[in-house]
Amino acid sequence: MTENKPKMDVNIGGLILSNPVIAASGTFGFGREYSKYTDLNKIGAISVKALTLEPRQGNKPPRIAETPGGILNSVGLQNPGVRAFIKDEIPFLRKFDTAIIANIAGNTLEDYCEMAEILSREDIDAVELNVSCPNVKKGCMSFGNTTAGITEITKEVRKHLRKPLIVKLTPNVTDIKEIALAAEAEGADAISLINTLYGMAIDIHRKRPILANNFGGLSGPAVKPIALRMVYEVSKAVKVPVIGMGGITTGDDAVEFMLAGATAIMVGTANFVNPTACVEVEKGIENYLSMYNINDVNDIIGILELN
Amino acid sequence: MSKVISEKVEKVEQLAKSIYRMTIKSAYISENAKPGQFVNVKCSEGINALLRRPISICKVDKDRGTFDIVFQIKGIGTEYLAQKTATSEVDLIAPLGNTFNIDAKHEKIAVVGGGIGIFPLLYLLRELKDVEKRAYLGFRNKDFAVLLDEFEANCNVLNISTDDGSMGYKGLVTDILENDLKSCNFDIIYTCGPMPMIKRVVEIAHKNNIKCQVSMEQRMGCGIGACLVCACKTKKEESWEYSHVCKDGPVFWSDEVIFDD
Repeated sequence: MTENKPKMDVNIGGLILSNPVIAASGTFGFGREYSKYTDLNKIGAISVKALTLEPRQGNKPPRIAETPGGILNSVGLQNPGVRAFIKDEIPFLRKFDTAIIANIAGNTLEDYCEMAEILSREDIDAVELNVSCPNVKKGCMSFGNTTAGITEITKEVRKHLRKPLIVKLTPNVTDIKEIALAAEAEGADAISLINTLYGMAIDIHRKRPILANNFGGLSGPAVKPIALRMVYEVSKAVKVPVIGMGGITTGDDAVEFMLAGATAIMVGTANFVNPTACVEVEKGIENYLSMYNINDVNDIIGILELN
Repeated sequence: MSKVISEKVEKVEQLAKSIYRMTIKSAYISENAKPGQFVNVKCSEGINALLRRPISICKVDKDRGTFDIVFQIKGIGTEYLAQKTATSEVDLIAPLGNTFNIDAKHEKIAVVGGGIGIFPLLYLLRELKDVEKRAYLGFRNKDFAVLLDEFEANCNVLNISTDDGSMGYKGLVTDILENDLKSCNFDIIYTCGPMPMIKRVVEIAHKNNIKCQVSMEQRMGCGIGACLVCACKTKKEESWEYSHVCKDGPVFWSDEVIFDD
């Protein structure tokens, strides 16, 4: 065992995080609720609940269904809008030593560009482009599921954004490598993946889908093997840093993603079950490094060898 | 202030075919809980029944430092929970949610409960002192009618209805309430149970100009107000918004809620 704490900081396309653990968008609100249960200073970054230009009320309930090892959600981007975020939430989050990633979603290309312009002037550390939400009718996912769509949106947002740009990819595509390469080519500083898998759950007694919106996004431990494979493929394909997520619940899960090529990881669904999940995952990564006498977390990124 | 806390189970009793009462030792929760609040319980280890289950508090014993929850087996989560024994620990986030409005000005109150919605109302009745209290409880049939002795001991008049007439009045519990209102009045009605019953209670309360509080149920994720899944449509100025049952509720004033989802 090494006696010193290993070096945990990582560089995500120019954004330095004190450690590689990020709270995933949509699972951590704006950090406020979790600050009652966990120390936000110990989390590398918080990717906030997806923001839209105007406030959104979201979808009808039920918005969640539990499935084996996971959950299906269809919140539909309920949020107070980007301006309320700037006014009410940035000052709160800035009280903590954690990076702020603004996750943005729009109905139109213009929405994304306007939010990029607005947020470039604000005290945030990076923008995560949400082009992969499966739960809204317009925009969003339609940009994320084709190479042409991702090329267009990344290119346009890049023109308006003067902050590191992370593009979050949907797994609901034929070849995720192509999409990742398109985002990189148009100036993404990092790629995050995976958003939720499009799915369904049925109430056999009512003979109807459980979610009011019929379909929703699957997350949680159930998706981890798929996420891991995609993170591996994408990190082999692109040169920019990759942020891996999908079912990470423990430090060991996080280490798998980092070995597969992720420079940082996001903890999502696990926060719902365990409000201290992010901090426990960070501790778990440190324990792994100590076990193998590794003194820099960067030394495990992408060192996986295939059989 | 709610906490993530691991506490010892004192006792698990089966009250009816699928209904269980769990007594949990917790000085913290028994000191801090208020009527209307719930606990969010992790039912299993590992990834089956991944989410916590929100369950209303039914009783608090401050002297002994214990509290009770009563739940019905509805799926794998509650099945796991029912298997816990006096040696088990339970991982809880509690106490959560807001509380029923208790006002010294209320002289005569009613609670109207249906099915497993009756349990938070029992906690409320226990905590209301020096008030005339009537309880109206509706069940599918007599097999689901549990803890009646405790209701009896904590209210002045107990009315029971069942869908099949196997106990008490045959029909809707709201029929008894409506009939009683011809000859008596209440300062407030509290209700919890199936949505059709809640809607009917609210209609009756509004028609009779009686204040009314409803305890709402919705599928939850985190239970602490972050994931925004447990949406409940409420009035906002001239329009509406989605509030959240776990944080803004579970108790709402009946004239705040829009019952059209």
